[in-house]
Amino acid sequence: MVLAAEEMENPLIPPIPELVIGLIAFVIVFGFLAKKLLPNINKVLDERREAIEGGIEKAEAAQTEAQSVLEQYKAQLAEARHEAARLRQDALEQGTALKEELRAEGQRQREEIIAAGHAQIAADRKAASQALRQDVGKLATDLAGKLVGESLEDHARQSRTIDRFLSELEEKAEAAR
Amino acid sequence: MSADPTQVLAFETDCHIFDGCGFPGPGLHSFLFEPLWGEPGTTSAYFNKPMLLALLGSIIIVGFFWAAFGKPKMVPGKLQMVAEAGYDFVRRGIVYETLGKKEGEKYVPFMVSLFFFVWILNVWSIIPVAQFPVTSIIAYPAILALMVYCVWMSVTFKRHGFVGGLKNLTGYDKSLGGVLPLIMVIEFFSNVLVRPFTHAVRLFANMFAGHTLLLLFTIASWYLLNGIGIAYAGVSFVMVIVMTAFELFIQAVQAYVFVLLACSFIQGALAEHH
Repeated sequence: MVLAAEEMENPLIPPIPELVIGLIAFVIVFGFLAKKLLPNINKVLDERREAIEGGIEKAEAAQTEAQSVLEQYKAQLAEARHEAARLRQDALEQGTALKEELRAEGQRQREEIIAAGHAQIAADRKAASQALRQDVGKLATDLAGKLVGESLEDHARQSRTIDRFLSELEEKAEAAR
Repeated sequence: MSADPTQVLAFETDCHIFDGCGFPGPGLHSFLFEPLWGEPGTTSAYFNKPMLLALLGSIIIVGFFWAAFGKPKMVPGKLQMVAEAGYDFVRRGIVYETLGKKEGEKYVPFMVSLFFFVWILNVWSIIPVAQFPVTSIIAYPAILALMVYCVWMSVTFKRHGFVGGLKNLTGYDKSLGGVLPLIMVIEFFSNVLVRPFTHAVRLFANMFAGHTLLLLFTIASWYLLNGIGIAYAGVSFVMVIVMTAFELFIQAVQAYVFVLLACSFIQGALAEHH
């Protein structure tokens, strides 16, 4: 034992087993740190730096985005207003057209009614003049019969005389006008 | 005195000053440990306290970072905040400072592991019960320095090719003229042979000396506890506390220096030769 201890007395000669253990101990540390733990923390440090430095950029980006969204909204609003105005215009035009149409229709109906009225009046006048002619003829015949003392009614031929008389009357009336 | 020098610890001797025994001062035997398992020797397999501390240190670092970075959050908790501060210290304070962000990025995990590993091995020095800086055994700084050496050597030849790499290592500069061969020999010797050695020994020696100092004052505090010696024991104990605080500082500084040097070696390897 003492001999062995004396062999080791030069403190600058490294014993092999200690070298091996030293190597193993260091490799354990290096292995864990290099493969697992330092990459771990590097990732987090990078993330943190980004979180800090990127915070400002993110805020700026958010502001820019807000600005662009605002612009977009404004544009949309303007477009909507424009659209509304256009629709109103259209409605107005349509309304006017409709009114025009209705008016035309009314006019047409009125004219029809008037025309129908005229025709009715003409027909009535015709009928009335027919009836009047008969009545006047009859009255004239009766009067003439009374005056002459004999009935002229039975004589069909006499009707021509009446008609002629009436025609003459009409002609006179026409000429007088 | 104990028969086995490897077992002398400050509290294991009951002999005080004026009792007719010598001062059981610290020495090389303070850095030798009875194996917990196996036979001691330079090649035979065994397992001792520094090895246990080294593996425990690994577990503590992995555990700590696992707790902090296992499920990292955007808004960090207290533990994550502390771990992030440590991580950022090495990443920005050492790697980016020397290598730049672009070139340095891929060395960050290596350097962070290196820093915290060296630091915890150093800090064992003042953790009660452990109370031994694992890096005061040359094997630990040596294996770490060897790894760094392999990294920057491979970077040198990958970056510049074989001839360019040699030029880089020898500080080839035509404008030096006649003294160029001399410079090249010195530079080659300095860079290729001495550099890894000093890299390891710098850490080793600092921890070795620190531990020896702590042992010296601790043992003295105990040894002087007799008669008039008690007054001196008080002074010695104050020194133990002062040195413990100082060691705490040195442990961090040495871990920082070790990683800083590793980075500056890589920086030299990446640099364009003249």
